[in-house]
Amino acid sequence: MAEVLVYVDHVDGTVRKPTLELLTLARRLGDPVAVHLGPGAETAAPVLAEYGAVKILAADAPEFADYLVVPKVDGLQAAAGAVSPAAVLVPSSAEGKEIAARLAVRLGSGIITDAVDLTAGEEGPVATQSVFAASYTTRSRVSRGVPVITVKPNATAPEAAPVDVAVEQLEVSFGEQATGTRIVSRTPRESTGRPDLTEAAIVVSGGRGVNGAENFPLIEALADSLGAAVGASRAAVDAGWYPHSSQVGQTGKTVSPQLYIAAGISGAIQHRAGMQTSKTIVAINKDAEAPIFELVDYGVVGDLFEVVPALTEEVKARKG
Amino acid sequence: MSLRIVVCVKYVPDATGDRQFADDLTTDRDAVDGLLSELDEYAVEQALQIAENADDAEVTVVTVGPEDANDALRKALSMGADKAVHVEDDDLHGTDAVGTSLVLAKAVEHVGYDLVVCGMASTDGVMGVLPAMLAERLGVPQVTLLSELSVADGTVSGRRDGDTASEQLQAALPAVISVTDQSGEARYPSFKGIMAAKKKPVESLDLDDLGIDAEEVGLEGAWTAVEDATKRPPRTAGEIVTDEGEGGKQLAAFLAGQKFI
Repeated sequence: MAEVLVYVDHVDGTVRKPTLELLTLARRLGDPVAVHLGPGAETAAPVLAEYGAVKILAADAPEFADYLVVPKVDGLQAAAGAVSPAAVLVPSSAEGKEIAARLAVRLGSGIITDAVDLTAGEEGPVATQSVFAASYTTRSRVSRGVPVITVKPNATAPEAAPVDVAVEQLEVSFGEQATGTRIVSRTPRESTGRPDLTEAAIVVSGGRGVNGAENFPLIEALADSLGAAVGASRAAVDAGWYPHSSQVGQTGKTVSPQLYIAAGISGAIQHRAGMQTSKTIVAINKDAEAPIFELVDYGVVGDLFEVVPALTEEVKARKG
Repeated sequence: MSLRIVVCVKYVPDATGDRQFADDLTTDRDAVDGLLSELDEYAVEQALQIAENADDAEVTVVTVGPEDANDALRKALSMGADKAVHVEDDDLHGTDAVGTSLVLAKAVEHVGYDLVVCGMASTDGVMGVLPAMLAERLGVPQVTLLSELSVADGTVSGRRDGDTASEQLQAALPAVISVTDQSGEARYPSFKGIMAAKKKPVESLDLDDLGIDAEEVGLEGAWTAVEDATKRPPRTAGEIVTDEGEGGKQLAAFLAGQKFI
């Protein structure tokens, strides 16, 4: 069976969930071979094996952490040279897309980004994408070279398929460009204790109607009662009420959770682009004419300062 | 010596319009009015600020696109860019990101550069891969997705906010950078700027001028193929209630019914 390279997104060996989704999708196309660059391959190995990686190609060097993007491209290119893969799958993070972009140019391959589904086709993998602010669904394939495809978080649910795995050392020689951009310092994001926005099953977002940073704890309390991530509209972020890392929309994160709750968000195109593919959408807004109500499965026309706390209480009561 | 700044911009269909695909599954450029991609306005703004802080600098704005893409160049010129380059050729229709990066790399080399500034992504394709491809092709450092940046003494530095960490980056010029929508509001063109833009030079180039074979670009030369595009069915209207004191409870009942609680 053909081998499919999966780029492992991890923090010191702790594998992030989108990689498990990629391994699950890769099994539709062939045998997943995980590429682990940087420290922690031994920590990651059992997790990668549980999700079906038949082989792990691992390389560790200070360059991976000290310089931007290019060393990882060198690593992934070395892996592609080692196994002649049928496809290369990379998580659709900002960094993942840049790694994939440069790899595609080097391999002389076509690239597809932000796939929301992936199936095996007669002429290679077929990627489904959601485009033009999710108003269209397209199916595309790479017509030249080894298909390089980046896949969005939540494209599929990770399914375990345990196999025995062998960790092989990958020889990586760094090119001249590898040390071009130095990472002078790195400040880890403070953990909020909540799920990651793009990976969360439930997202609760606040917008202009929240009317101030001091009111966002209302949104956070509802999110915590549901075990959800917190998002914000561009209006709320631009007003400085919530960090940009939580922005949902065209210029922020695109989310596709099982449940999306929009509180005080009118539903401008900029926001819809980032959440329209959510499975179930619920909105609370005092303006009955707000465009968000065109998208909802359930909507409450009312004051979020009344409805949100009442909902939080009721969720807590029902969960006991 | 003058700091040569080149800004790459894209002319895109207005994201607030009803964007569609043409029969050949390329972006329909007639269905909706086009404009300078909003995310590229941030790139123009940062380029202008870098130029203003330099002793001597020249800002050239480059686009690859059909005749109407001239509008995007005019907008950038009216914001304050000094001159423009428009790569236009019928054979470019349907070019994918890999092909576009080839054309832009040749165009940027044609202009001559110390710093190439890009937006974080276009508002139509939204791939966000072009700056990295451009750096790969030009063989210079990529310093991308910056929300804060400075250029001094032949070095570009800036802050990149990632998913798990915020990083401080540094590279020597020449380099390719991209800036996010957090890098600073873009200025509005002044009346004076709009009038001045009319007199600024726009150089027109085709594939021959750049030494690119038509077979390397266009729909036929694309390394990806769209097989089909389906309009997403409108979401069917759900149940909407007006809160009369029970809205929170009603919503909780809906969520429980859907097994979310």
